[in-house]
Amino acid sequence: MLIGEAAIRAGCRFYAGYPITPQNELTEYMSENMRKVKDGIFIQSESEIAAIHMVTGASAAGVRAMTSSSSPGISLKQDGISSLAACELPAVIVNMMRGGPGLGNIAPAQGDYFQATRGGGHGDYRTIVLAPASCQELADLTMDAFDLADEYRNPAIILADGMMGQMMEPTVFKKAKPRNYSESFMLRGAGKGKSKIIKGLVLPPLEMEEHNWKLARKYQVISDKETRHEAFNLDNAELVVVAYGTAARITKGAIKRLGESGLRVGLFRPITLWPFPVKALRELSHKVKNFLVFEMSTGQMLEDVRLALQGYANIDFHGRPGGVVPTPAEFAIAVEREFRDKDTYGRQF
Amino acid sequence: MKKVFSRPKSLKENFIYHYCPGCGHSIAHRLVAEVIDELGIRGITIGVPPAGCAVLAYYYIDVDMIEAQHGRGPALATGIKRVLPDRIVFSYQGDGDLAAIGTAESLHAANRGENITVFFINNAVYGMTGGQMAPTTILGQKTTTSAPGRDITLDGYPIKMSEILCLLPGVKYVERCAVNSPANIVKTKKAIKKAFQYQIDGVGFSMIEILSQCPTNWKMSSIDSCKWIDEVMVKEYPLGVLKDVTAPEKKKGK
Ligand SMILES: Cc1ncc(C[n+]2csc(CCOP(=O)(O)OP(=O)(O)O)c2C)c(N)n1
Ligand code: SF4
Repeated sequence: MLIGEAAIRAGCRFYAGYPITPQNELTEYMSENMRKVKDGIFIQSESEIAAIHMVTGASAAGVRAMTSSSSPGISLKQDGISSLAACELPAVIVNMMRGGPGLGNIAPAQGDYFQATRGGGHGDYRTIVLAPASCQELADLTMDAFDLADEYRNPAIILADGMMGQMMEPTVFKKAKPRNYSESFMLRGAGKGKSKIIKGLVLPPLEMEEHNWKLARKYQVISDKETRHEAFNLDNAELVVVAYGTAARITKGAIKRLGESGLRVGLFRPITLWPFPVKALRELSHKVKNFLVFEMSTGQMLEDVRLALQGYANIDFHGRPGGVVPTPAEFAIAVEREFRDKDTYGRQF
Repeated sequence: MKKVFSRPKSLKENFIYHYCPGCGHSIAHRLVAEVIDELGIRGITIGVPPAGCAVLAYYYIDVDMIEAQHGRGPALATGIKRVLPDRIVFSYQGDGDLAAIGTAESLHAANRGENITVFFINNAVYGMTGGQMAPTTILGQKTTTSAPGRDITLDGYPIKMSEILCLLPGVKYVERCAVNSPANIVKTKKAIKKAFQYQIDGVGFSMIEILSQCPTNWKMSSIDSCKWIDEVMVKEYPLGVLKDVTAPEKKKGK
């Protein structure tokens, strides 16, 4: 499994997880391969809650740590993700999204966008969210997630779906950067020095407020520096599809077909979902006026696109929630229909 | 003149406990600190305090500490200990923390035989949130959520976590103590020391349950709450070593 191999190559030495489809291959890969690397630790935990808190302990103790799950399990992890953000501890969390809400199903979906990009748990915090759309990106972004988590001392999420877990494409692992994370953030026993405390409890409201603002300033820096997106086929595009992950792959396939029937369609693919590439998308709206958001959900990223475009362009939406993965041909037909029927632009649902 | 009583080095200087007068937590903290001093392990010990009255333990016990979300101490301690097997790692938990919301984490850390030490403060109530019924509340005991007294038909029986954990082969040492009298305090300290020593020797998982007075939520004087432990709590939760795998096997003299 690419994510697992990339994580180990990035220096991840602690993995805890609980079985859930569609991401069991990753847990199994870690079980087999963590024990092959020096100091590698794998724990099959009693629950997703336990897994994320084990990761918290390992991260505090100073190693790169990761857990993975799929939607229902990620809901359980929110207790720990909120705590990691509060304590400013790095960790990487992989969510191979499936259909929901509730138990839902095990088919690929994108219904956890809100949960991932709005913090997900309680309190005023954000997580860095990376959305790969190819095998190469699964590997690259997993490595980057560890670097970003360390740099900003914040949890980072890989948001993908079961479809991506099953793909096979030639992939080259890049060379991992050496870890740059100060020992002063680690708990390793006080030795002869002063003891350290890692905590999220801040009882006086004024101090808590300051902690919240401190985190907010950090999130601002991340927003300013770390947005990523891919622009595809944008030259002379009459319509731009905004899609991420699997939906973006489908879009690329559809764009070819649409080109053949004379429609100039481009793709704007956010790679970081948080921070959302607001500036780049807004700049694009100076050139293009018609946008179509395509998600395997009933419309979540749609809200970020609306916020970014602020009414300066027409925004339409095409959603296939519930684990339905349309083919590029099906999506092309849908785009064509929407495009020909201009009256529906900007339609709310 | 010989100094016979002073602050353990592993308790921080110049603080005032936020605990209520007569609370057992402060005694337990002191004992943990004294033992850390005596074993000379301050520099290699990492503690995990809970959500509960003891959440501020990191302001008192002078070792590296990381707070756990409610009930998750043993999972955090697992993560730390696996990464740093040569450090001494303990979690410190109340009865709501360990025996209700964190039951799974306690049971499974124990079952994996993690080489950690758990201090389980049993005061038969949820102290921090204002005296609600805990899983360890005694039958008939009045709390803010069992006003007429704990009733088995509604609330079930007091849960005996120590006895439950003893069933697991991964668990190496369990002792139930109390901090309500000088004699019991001395025994508690011995148990804490043994538990840490077992961890140092790599024996495996140990838990020390400490019956601890909560005068505030029991609505008793300090003295009466010490008596209540002897007269009521100990009947439900008998003191003593419940399991010690390294103890020489006793002859079964029938
Ligand atoms: C997830 C979660 N639920 C509830 C709480 C509120 N809470 C804080 S401490 C506590 C119980 C404390 O009782 P106990 O564990 O018995 O410890 P004590 O305070 O008696 O020492 C509760 C319910 C919380 N902090 N987090
Ligand atoms: S409420 Fe009870 S347990 Fe909490 S500090 Fe007061 S006496 Fe101690």
